[in-house]
Amino acid sequence: MIRVENLSKSFNSQVVLDDVSFCIDDGSLVVVLGPSGTGKSVLLKSILGLMSVDSGEVIFDGKSIQNATANELYEIRKQVGFVFQGTALFDSMNVAENIALPLREHTNLSSKDIRERVCHLLEVVGMEGKADLYPQSLSGGMKRLIAVARALALGPRYLFYDEPTTGLDPIMTDRVVALIKDLKKRYKNSGIVVTHDLSTAKAVGDQIYMLKKGKITKLTKIEKELYD
Amino acid sequence: MNLFSAIGDFSSFFFRSIFIPWQLKHTRYRILRQVFEVGIGSLPIILIIAAFVGLVSIVQTSYQVAGTVPRYILGMTVGRMVMIELGPILTALMVSGRCASSMAAEIGTMRVTEQIDALEIMAINPHRFLSLPRIVGTFIALPVLTVIAELDALLVSGAYAHFFLDIPFGVFNYGLTHFFYAKDFFGGLVKSLFFAIVIATAGCYFGFNVRGGAREVGRAATYAVVTASILILTLDFLIALVIFG
Repeated sequence: MIRVENLSKSFNSQVVLDDVSFCIDDGSLVVVLGPSGTGKSVLLKSILGLMSVDSGEVIFDGKSIQNATANELYEIRKQVGFVFQGTALFDSMNVAENIALPLREHTNLSSKDIRERVCHLLEVVGMEGKADLYPQSLSGGMKRLIAVARALALGPRYLFYDEPTTGLDPIMTDRVVALIKDLKKRYKNSGIVVTHDLSTAKAVGDQIYMLKKGKITKLTKIEKELYD
Repeated sequence: MNLFSAIGDFSSFFFRSIFIPWQLKHTRYRILRQVFEVGIGSLPIILIIAAFVGLVSIVQTSYQVAGTVPRYILGMTVGRMVMIELGPILTALMVSGRCASSMAAEIGTMRVTEQIDALEIMAINPHRFLSLPRIVGTFIALPVLTVIAELDALLVSGAYAHFFLDIPFGVFNYGLTHFFYAKDFFGGLVKSLFFAIVIATAGCYFGFNVRGGAREVGRAATYAVVTASILILTLDFLIALVIFG
């Protein structure tokens, strides 16, 4: 379980997160909805300790991110798969090497086992046969799917998605949304999806929060319908 | 940022990149790749530059001393000049122009495209993954390149002396070997070890500190080369004071 408690973050005089609190229960997918530029990505990065916060705390399975040492932070992050908005695939590596990297770094699997795991993950995201391609030769949607495969490499307990459907065509958007739902069913991960797209939010979220002007509020079922 | 805090920041970056668990099982391949990238990649340009350094050295030395001293003195003068100064410094400046900029641009691009954040999220220390192999790789490759450059320069200058200045190989070689001091050769190598550290650290430091987009990546590449070049010249003086002063 991840508890976000009274998180605040400002850039100069601009308040991006203002006393933000919420909880991600085991097995549940939380969506943080909000217009572009409201600090959703800042929230995700703050939760994982990639950005320092002004005040507040993030508790990962009872351990505070803010009080964690570098090694403890890395141990926590090993339980998290993160799909970046811009995918952040390593352009000097091909698809297979991208997915294999966390396995090579953190496991003692043989090259053969890693290759099998990579093939399996490519199959899960529907990208079989793309192992030897480089990210430059993939479309935006395909990169997004490969980024999901890489995020799944270590079998994470938590999956974080930063704008997973932004910039995709409607068909690819449906494919990514279906994949997120399928992964949740298959691996029972908890996680968080930040998006500005209400239909994506409604399709994948167990709970939906709205982030606006730094404040976060939980949307009720009636409010969700009203947004429709 | 004032000069002292900049030096502190730069040094602390170097120590953060080096004094971490190296995890050689994962890092050795990347170190090897950097040795090839810096060493083999720079070899053609180094051979060309070193050949011209040899030629210019012999021509100018001959112009200054011909007829006033025995001919073997040319071998001694060119040899010591190349080993003490020209070999290490010109090799370092060339490698700095070629490698510090490419390191800064590559790492800077990784920074702006969130690839460094991705490493952090995957619990991979970006200093171990990116800086350590580049610093160690350059540390191994640069002294080897320097020795090759010195050999190249001396061979070319010896050949020029033989064919155009009427100084037989044997005479040139007598001056070169008879006045050879290990201190000259190893002093030059010590310099190149320090130069390697500043070249790779500058490249990685400015790459890691990129904030923004393509323009900042370009600036980082420029700053890396300028900083590395200034540090190389400064260290050259300081090490010369300690070893040869």
